[in-house]
Amino acid sequence: MDDRGKKSEEICPGKKGSLDLVAVRKRLEQTKGPEYWRSLEELAGTAEFREMMHREFPKGASEWLDGVSRRGFLKLMGASLALAGMTACTRQPLEPIVPYVKQPEEFVPGRPLFYASAFSMRGYATPILVESHLGRPTKIEGNAQHPVSLGGTDVFTQASLLDLYDPDRSQTLTYLGDPYSWSSFLAAFHGPLASQKPLQGAGIRVLTQSFSSPALADQMQSFLKLYPSAKWHVYEPVNRDSVYAGAQMAFGQPVETQYKLDKADVIVSLDADFLYGGYPGFTRYAREYASRRDPDKSMNRMYVIESTMTSTGAKADHRLPVQAAKIEQFARALASGIGVNAGAGQLGDAEAKFAAAIGDELKTHHGSSVVIAGDNQPPVVHALAHAINQALGNVGQTVVYTDPVSAIPVNSTDSLRDLVSDMRAGKVDMLIILGGNPAYDAPADFGFGDALKSAKVPLRIHLGLHQNETAELCHWHVNEAHYLEAWGDTRAYDGTVSIVQPLIAPLYNGKSIYEFVALLSGQSEATGYEVVKAYWQKQHSGPDFDMFWRRALHDGWIEGTTFTPKDVTTKAADFPTSTSSDTKSIEINFRPDPSIWDGRFSNNGWLQELPKPVSKMTWDNPIFIGPAMAARLGVQKEDLVELELQGKSMLVPVWVQAGQPDNTVTVFLGYGRTRAGRTGTGFGFDAYQLRNSAIPWFAAGLNVRKVSGSYELASTQGMQSMDAEIGQRPLVRETDLDEYRKEPNFAQEEEPKKDETLYPVVPGFDYSKQPYAWGMAIDLNSCVGCNNCIVACQSENNIAVVGKDQVNRGRHMHWLRVDTYYEGDRDQPRAFFQPVPCMQCENAPCEVVCPVGATVHSTEGLNDMVYNRCVGTRYCSNNCPYKVRRFNFLRFQDWETPQYKMMRNPNVTVRSRGVMEKCTYCIQRITQHRVDAERADTPIKDGELQTACQQSCPSNAIIFGNINDPNSKVAKLKGLLRNYSLLGELNTRPRTTYLAEIRNPNPQLEHLATAASAVESENS
Amino acid sequence: MAQIFHRSTNTISRATIFGAVFVVSFAFWVALKIERSPYVTYAGVARPQPVPFSHQHHVSGLGIDCRYCHTSVEVSRFAGIPPTKTCMNCHSQIWTKAPMLEPVRESYRTDKSLVWTRVNDLPDFVYFDHSIHIDKGVGCNTCHGPVDHMPFMYNYASLRMEWCLNCHRAPEKNLRPRGQVFNMRYQQPTPDSPVAMDGKTFSDQQSLGLYLVKKYKLRTQADITSCSTCHR
Amino acid sequence: MDPQTPVTERRKAPVIAPGHTFATITDKISSIVLARPVTNAWLVGFGFFGLITMMLLYAIGYLFLRGVGIWGVNIPVGWGFAIVNFVWWIGIGHAGTLISAILLLLRQQWRNSINRFAEAMTLFAVACAGMFPLLHLGRPWLFYWLFPYPNSMNYWPQFRSPLVWDVFAVSTYFTISLVFWFIGLIPDLATLRDRAENKWAAMIYGILAMGWRGSARHWKRYEKAYLLLAGLATPLVLSVHTVVSFDFAVAILPGWHTTIFPPYFVAGAIYSGFAMVLMLAIPIRKLYGLEDFITLRHLDNSAKVMLATGLIVAYGYAVEAFMGWYSGNHFDSFLLWNRLHGPYRFTYYALLFCNIGFPQVLWFRNWRTRPLRLFVVSAVILTGMWLERFVIVVISLHRDFLTSSWGMYYPTKWDWMTFIGTIGFFLFAFFLFVRILPMISIFEMRTLLPEAEVKEAE
Repeated sequence: MDDRGKKSEEICPGKKGSLDLVAVRKRLEQTKGPEYWRSLEELAGTAEFREMMHREFPKGASEWLDGVSRRGFLKLMGASLALAGMTACTRQPLEPIVPYVKQPEEFVPGRPLFYASAFSMRGYATPILVESHLGRPTKIEGNAQHPVSLGGTDVFTQASLLDLYDPDRSQTLTYLGDPYSWSSFLAAFHGPLASQKPLQGAGIRVLTQSFSSPALADQMQSFLKLYPSAKWHVYEPVNRDSVYAGAQMAFGQPVETQYKLDKADVIVSLDADFLYGGYPGFTRYAREYASRRDPDKSMNRMYVIESTMTSTGAKADHRLPVQAAKIEQFARALASGIGVNAGAGQLGDAEAKFAAAIGDELKTHHGSSVVIAGDNQPPVVHALAHAINQALGNVGQTVVYTDPVSAIPVNSTDSLRDLVSDMRAGKVDMLIILGGNPAYDAPADFGFGDALKSAKVPLRIHLGLHQNETAELCHWHVNEAHYLEAWGDTRAYDGTVSIVQPLIAPLYNGKSIYEFVALLSGQSEATGYEVVKAYWQKQHSGPDFDMFWRRALHDGWIEGTTFTPKDVTTKAADFPTSTSSDTKSIEINFRPDPSIWDGRFSNNGWLQELPKPVSKMTWDNPIFIGPAMAARLGVQKEDLVELELQGKSMLVPVWVQAGQPDNTVTVFLGYGRTRAGRTGTGFGFDAYQLRNSAIPWFAAGLNVRKVSGSYELASTQGMQSMDAEIGQRPLVRETDLDEYRKEPNFAQEEEPKKDETLYPVVPGFDYSKQPYAWGMAIDLNSCVGCNNCIVACQSENNIAVVGKDQVNRGRHMHWLRVDTYYEGDRDQPRAFFQPVPCMQCENAPCEVVCPVGATVHSTEGLNDMVYNRCVGTRYCSNNCPYKVRRFNFLRFQDWETPQYKMMRNPNVTVRSRGVMEKCTYCIQRITQHRVDAERADTPIKDGELQTACQQSCPSNAIIFGNINDPNSKVAKLKGLLRNYSLLGELNTRPRTTYLAEIRNPNPQLEHLATAASAVESENS
Repeated sequence: MAQIFHRSTNTISRATIFGAVFVVSFAFWVALKIERSPYVTYAGVARPQPVPFSHQHHVSGLGIDCRYCHTSVEVSRFAGIPPTKTCMNCHSQIWTKAPMLEPVRESYRTDKSLVWTRVNDLPDFVYFDHSIHIDKGVGCNTCHGPVDHMPFMYNYASLRMEWCLNCHRAPEKNLRPRGQVFNMRYQQPTPDSPVAMDGKTFSDQQSLGLYLVKKYKLRTQADITSCSTCHR
Repeated sequence: MDPQTPVTERRKAPVIAPGHTFATITDKISSIVLARPVTNAWLVGFGFFGLITMMLLYAIGYLFLRGVGIWGVNIPVGWGFAIVNFVWWIGIGHAGTLISAILLLLRQQWRNSINRFAEAMTLFAVACAGMFPLLHLGRPWLFYWLFPYPNSMNYWPQFRSPLVWDVFAVSTYFTISLVFWFIGLIPDLATLRDRAENKWAAMIYGILAMGWRGSARHWKRYEKAYLLLAGLATPLVLSVHTVVSFDFAVAILPGWHTTIFPPYFVAGAIYSGFAMVLMLAIPIRKLYGLEDFITLRHLDNSAKVMLATGLIVAYGYAVEAFMGWYSGNHFDSFLLWNRLHGPYRFTYYALLFCNIGFPQVLWFRNWRTRPLRLFVVSAVILTGMWLERFVIVVISLHRDFLTSSWGMYYPTKWDWMTFIGTIGFFLFAFFLFVRILPMISIFEMRTLLPEAEVKEAE
């Protein structure tokens, strides 16, 4: 173990300078007796030591250290001995109980309140409901009433809760790193601002991330009125420049494109990862896509042509992995195939066939098909996609054009370029950076950091949640208020405006962007509330504003703000060749990280430890290389390679990813942060150093060189194949639509008869006679592997983050995991997602072996886990065929940090060291609903009781309910023929069952999937 | 050869051999006793409070209903501790000068909460819900004891799991008509003081209990002794 | 064998060398405890293993401080070294009980010279074994929840769990062995009491001897008690390891869920037990010049027992392999495949060599009667039996039903410290034993003398 640890320590750049754990251990091993403790105390003094102690939060990783001070050792020793002897008669300490002085009206002690709000990323809002206990937001859920969310969310939205309580958030306003007061800032800021008045603000530059807030846009206008020659720039590292540019090319104006996937029989994705969080409208799209995957109704067919293995590609009925540059050619071929004059694309034979087949099918689906181009594709591909959709008459049917959601739909790269040149030219007297982290994520060729450092910019102010790389280079840093602490407004992808309302007073008196911009326009006292409310007062004509306002806050959106479809006219279509179609050399692809996006979530433990959808990787961003290519280069996973692109180079570890196109390397942005905080700093590798403004997304001519050494990666899945050397394991059962129609019950072969059991039948007890029998059905056809359920579960059930080291030891704590399997040819595999919570077996193997009866069956068929009874033999986990039980090998929970105490769900026990834990079907929710129902003397209505995972699922793949109620949705699903239980042949009688996956391939393309079907024949 | 031991050692050795058995079992018995003793359970032990609030005075003296202060007891798992405001409703008129109430007035002035000591304090891994117990006809004083005779509040029961199970395994022993839940003087039916309900009269708890179990649709004994009823 | 018929015995070495009288036996054995000065060799060994015992305590202290996470255990491999060592030690214990109880009932007189320290070995081994179930708990301070006692939770242990059976099996085993051993010691303690010059020694031995005067009445009761205890201990030899094997057999895991386990565990236990007996006997007889009492005959017989039990174990492996193939169950056949080709295959190969391959040399007399060679064979067997438990625990766990949850197990330095620590403790205790108690039963040796026969005849 130790030397495996060492490897990572040696070459992980972030950890340079910081003391390395292995060295410490080594050093301690040599010392004995008192000397041992002395050397420890020396260490404990040093700053690196403390830094190291906290590098991986929470204490999980630190727990692993051998470091304890002598006093600490004795104390703890005493404690554990006392425990050992005295637990029988330990007294509870006296606890204080603190009532309100004046209790708020609507508040009922012991019950949560829900508030509607919205989380926005890149200006696109996800409407949410926030659960609040005693004024502490504890859980974020999608706003089921809202047409965009429909209850679904994405991982970023869910995890943004943890950011609120992040102990590393910047907590004070600072000048050159020293804390200052807001008033002293005002004083210092007033002079320079006043001096700009005569110059009409010629020296003022404001830099924000892209935003959609109407109120903020309005503030910006009024600010620019005040200072006409000031400039307002927008930069977003993961931007939609080419989307708007493509629209410009096609229609002469930047428009937003919306898709109506429920109306689409054929979906063609040109490198668009639209079934994963972060894509505008993902929650809605996932729902609509899933609604058309029912094999018993008319199923849609999805083609994905992509340059990186994504979860969207995994769901495709036909997937074509090609280099990003090829996709333009493909689009041309496709376009000309349906009679758009776009010039023939140079394609390989198989690709051409593929394009032709899709073309033929599209032609037969006028108005009921859709072609989606990816944000990372050049404008021309978007233009082509628009042209195709036009030609197919999809516009108005499955495709809708509206005004751009972004308040300033400018090209953010150009915008930043202008700013930097101005900074270099010394035209900038005062740079105000509102949010974002350009010093870290700006294109390398801009040298933004240096420009920012230079004396040419005399006054630099940064408003942000963290003291990040950019804050470091600014004079003033103003600590920002988290969106759950501040008022605001924002637009969803369809333009609907949501009011962002605070759930809690700013923990560190942060300022919101509204308040800061107000200050720029001279209203230094204006609160965010006043600004936002005032704006909407202006918008709202009519006397009943209070009604309107209350309604907006209550519902979570403002009626009538949804964009109306725009009819746009295509310009004379010519499609300039954009990319050099050099497909010989190796291509590099830049993608936002599926977990931490562009780096803004680096310090978020939930996301860092979230297994990325296709690789199951945590805490790192290795590059993706396809199996064939890896074989050519002679590299395998965890090997280190040097990437060299246009003179710049970096060291990164390799992940051999099934389905990654040949000759294509994908690097993920967002890692290698130097000032992210205790969780994010020093993890992974900074891909921004290779990225420049000319090649925002992909480029040819990459050199990959294997270097000596390797780097340990923490993946949470043992093996990503159902093929166990000898023989197939039918874990995910799946087949083609035709096969399914021929043999609908193909999935139920191993199902044992109901009466086949050796278990003693408890006389007079029968689950089917109980009022409730909880069960879950997971539709593998609907699941898009978006990981949202995992984060939802983590948030609902107070699940600990354990850190990379522990993940490597196979000790991650997720109650719900999503297994990803690949079948067939590894370069063109078929991929499957399978969410695995506790199966709640009726014949539970874990129960019979527990010596203390800490896991036992409830009358409603739940496999109860009683943490406070568990002594931790781990026998139950050994005997669990699904390995869904998680054990607190060390004290993984953080008991000290006060912020986390506020964040936790008070209805779920916080598990301590040495205790087994697992999915409980959210028993706290079941109990609450049952109690309420009993008091109301009505049964629990189907659908009103939802588990956290079910609630958060954007594609409705997880259905939970009472299987004793024949009319419940779950009972109906379990009645379907494609319902099967995992490892059913073991006769564990799981309450969680799966609906087999049915693909809908195009007969014309069958031959492309021969390899796959060969596997399948073994499979069934 | 001389004897090493005196004759008496024979007796001693026998005594020790048999004594050992009794010593061990006695130690075990003591441990179990301590575990259930007020020292551990605090049962019957009044706790230090910022204000010497007397339930006896307010409940039996003034006849204030439990729900006047513990407002959420019928709708929430948590009965609720009255905000200072509730105290001041009356004490802004009466006893306005009483020194013992100074902390209350101060709290109201300074808007700083009173910090009470929790009396009926279950372990954090136990999830008790007041509302459902009230709804099923479990009286306040069934668990909290004669609160109306407690000058200083203490917990009446041991709050050990065995105590909870006594009732969860045979709820009929303690149920009473919903109307009587907040009645601190309620007596279980006896032949000479029967309880009338729905036109029937019950002269013993067993029959009343079983009737209420049906009437209030109590879940079965197996249901309410499932672990997840109280532990999550 | 009956020493009065030397003719038939010519080929076999006697169980006691000729020329001994009651006096010589008593002198020889008791002098080791009373007269023999403390040698440096003894001190060095004693001190060394004392240190290792300290290391064990340190490892345990740190374990309680931090939690089992300091070990290599994880999900899916929830049980690691702890359980491997537990089963291994318990197994070793069995030989002692077998020798002292079963061989007594079978009137195998050759046992008389080795039963005493074999029983001591049992005690120490069980003590080592008993540690692990407690240490491997996530919350060891709550171990007593495995005992049924009238607790304030009004909640009992879950009696269907083999771990609860273990608690009873192991504790019973320890108690019976202790009593049996002590009763056996009483007459010798009295001897030591009477021969001790040092007053304190005399006192202590006196107290322990419980007023034994060697009167006919004492002997009569003694014989009865000893016989009864032997009767009690005999079933334990079979039951204890059977129960331990249930820990695995009851689970549904491929490689654990096997009906062959009970017999094959018991055989394995005796196999490893005798290996340990020999590893102790061979050096001792050399160092303390006891070749007269622990003769080649004893070594020969023990070797034969090992050979027999070894073959039973081999049969067990064969059946496992056969069932893997014959059952046609994918998971079982994969287990077999995984043992042969998986990441831990070398442990399996080593196991086959140590437990089946190499011990076949015991067919040859000149291996059974050459102490050094026998010592080597025993060492190999002990290693093999440890590996067997490793294979059963780790290989079965690390790749079970869902490929997605497959994992690996890497023991940490703490695993090793605990394992080696127990070995240290075992030998530490044994060093003490040979110094303060007669390691060979004096009076039982006396009964082997021709004179003894005559007396009984009267």
